[in-house]
Amino acid sequence: MARQGILVEPYQRLNDEQIARVHRLSMEILADPGIICFNRTAAAVFADSGAEVITVKGERLPHWILKIPEKLIQETIEAAPKVVKLGARNEDNCLILDGQETRVRFASGSETNNWLEMDIEAFISKNEPGQEVNFPVFHVEKGNTDRLATAAHLCEHLDSWDSFLRPVNIQDDEINDNNKDVNKFFASLNNTTKHVMAGLTQLNQLDNVIRMAQLIAGGEDRFRDNPIISFITSLIKSPLQLVDDTTQKTIEIAKRGVPLVISSAPQGGSTAPIVEAGIVAQINAEILTGISLAQLINKGTPVLYGSVPGRANMNDLNDSYGVPEFSQYNVDCVQMARHYGLPCYSSGGVSDARVPGIQASVERLFSHTLITLAGPQYMHYAFGLMERTSTFCPVQAVLDDAHIGIIKGLARQPAFTDSTIPEVLEQTRRVMNSSTKLFTRFARSALRSREIAPPYQFESRDMADETLFRAQERLDEILSLPPDHIEKVIAEKVFQQIPGLLNKLKDS
Amino acid sequence: MTENLIDSIRENVIQGRVTRDDEGLEEGMAGQPAVTELVAEALAKDIDVKLIINEGLTSGMNTVGEKFEAGEYFIPDMLASAEAVGAAMEMLEPHLAQSGIKPRGKILIATVKGDLHDIGKNIVSILLRGAGYTVKDLGNDIDTQTIVDAVKEETPEFLGLSALLTSTMAHMEGTIKALADSGLRDAVKIIIGGAPVSEEFAQRIGADGYGADGFQAVALVESLNTA
Repeated sequence: MARQGILVEPYQRLNDEQIARVHRLSMEILADPGIICFNRTAAAVFADSGAEVITVKGERLPHWILKIPEKLIQETIEAAPKVVKLGARNEDNCLILDGQETRVRFASGSETNNWLEMDIEAFISKNEPGQEVNFPVFHVEKGNTDRLATAAHLCEHLDSWDSFLRPVNIQDDEINDNNKDVNKFFASLNNTTKHVMAGLTQLNQLDNVIRMAQLIAGGEDRFRDNPIISFITSLIKSPLQLVDDTTQKTIEIAKRGVPLVISSAPQGGSTAPIVEAGIVAQINAEILTGISLAQLINKGTPVLYGSVPGRANMNDLNDSYGVPEFSQYNVDCVQMARHYGLPCYSSGGVSDARVPGIQASVERLFSHTLITLAGPQYMHYAFGLMERTSTFCPVQAVLDDAHIGIIKGLARQPAFTDSTIPEVLEQTRRVMNSSTKLFTRFARSALRSREIAPPYQFESRDMADETLFRAQERLDEILSLPPDHIEKVIAEKVFQQIPGLLNKLKDS
Repeated sequence: MTENLIDSIRENVIQGRVTRDDEGLEEGMAGQPAVTELVAEALAKDIDVKLIINEGLTSGMNTVGEKFEAGEYFIPDMLASAEAVGAAMEMLEPHLAQSGIKPRGKILIATVKGDLHDIGKNIVSILLRGAGYTVKDLGNDIDTQTIVDAVKEETPEFLGLSALLTSTMAHMEGTIKALADSGLRDAVKIIIGGAPVSEEFAQRIGADGYGADGFQAVALVESLNTA
């Protein structure tokens, strides 16, 4: 078994001609001006594979300009697997991402420094001093291993949260660049049996992280069959530059054959053209370059087409996730990935708002809904992200889970089978022959098979918006459940063999 | 034998099956005898009516109530089970007196003049029948005089009036006034329900109570019945 997500009839923003034009534009960009590459190995690999590589001399950082021919891009796209398995500690939670199947799974994302807690405080009404009113009060805490573990625990118990992409940056005093990777992966894996994905901080920790995952998965072979972790590599700095450090990480991860996301995040209006065709063609060129590199290093490396196109807020040049263009760019990228048959890692569900509320709900619901309907195989950013991906809020994650549940209902395919018409006729005839004229009896099986949606999960009881309070109750309920930790004997083996793990993580 | 039959009645109440054509919550029940067929069999075998009601119908309905409270059952399940009990009670009614069972009470129910909406009224009827009451449903768009005449003729303990429209709810007050003018107001407890009405409206027009939904309506009747 694998997590099924939701299969959608895809919304197509671009028609076939527009897709062909974007592809053509991307190829022209790759031919001229090409990609600036700051990584020597990558430049050599592309040169050996038929790309024109121009060495740029006299600059502070050595770099090369890659002019990649379409033929090479096409060959490497063909070499990339069209179906990628992301494994899980509990194999029932694995994800089979098929680039041609518009089945959407939802994941968290970003690596926020801030953790937003909500308290409910009582206030006295000025107009009616006898009346007490509850109000949510928010405060920001620093992300740490304990909070990352809490987020993973929450992920384990939320139905729509299919994969745990570490949403919190661990900033404990004991954490440094050399032990960050093993601790973030362990804190995550120890608290969720779903797939865990994260970026790599230090290249020298790659083998420790993979070894840890192999121990937890049951050995090297088991890990190959059931890769319980994967990596995100942001090797592109937009516009059109391959960064030395992250490109090297991509190369090393590809050599080891572990699934990886080739991600790019240009910003329309600053690091990419603001016009739709421009940013989409650019990000497409950037991602295809990364995918080509991974395949040239190790043909058949499982990769996801990682599209994170944003739009600049023209008041401050911050990202702006609440604007319609964010959704439009992302839908286009989903279509481009499908055009190549590659599984797509897309982005949706973030708000510019700093705290949960009306603005946050409106902003995230539009991208959650529209991008889901486009049919990406893996939608990251979908849980708890506030303030343009710089804050993770667990109460918001609980709300997101409920809202994604509604969107899944919205996206559900119509169910017309051979038996539907005779069944409906039979029901109608029976009801019309009854005194009550009610169809409720026939809703019973649909209620149980989840064919119909329940009422809003956090409905208010009184004449005030109590949604956040209800969500907080649900959060508290989940966090009171015992975590599903890694088996003790395996955890001990991990602690014996993997250097740098913090002892405090043994029990959290 | 008797025990098996009563158990089957109880189980079919829990499954919400009125007749053998009904599906239950479990697969493959359609085609097997349901509550009405089983009660007919029990009557043919002279099984004590009290036993059928207490150990079969009421016990089954109690389990349904517990499942509803636990979130395992939904309102359509409650309605299906109540419908099954209501159908059984209708079959048992002629046998109640000779079995020494006092009827729980008779309720006359109607949607008032000018109003064709009857879903709420029908749900209340099903639930009241399921609770063991005899329900005489006059239908919808019923004019005041017809209701007054029916109260005189049927001598029910309760009268339930329903309206969905703000334009028809005024007929509730008119009906109560007409009953008072006919000297029948004190002979019947009047309860009202429907989207536009409220507890405050019920008090204002001189009704005896208001139920916001079918479950409240049953609770209201139960409380007025014991008052």
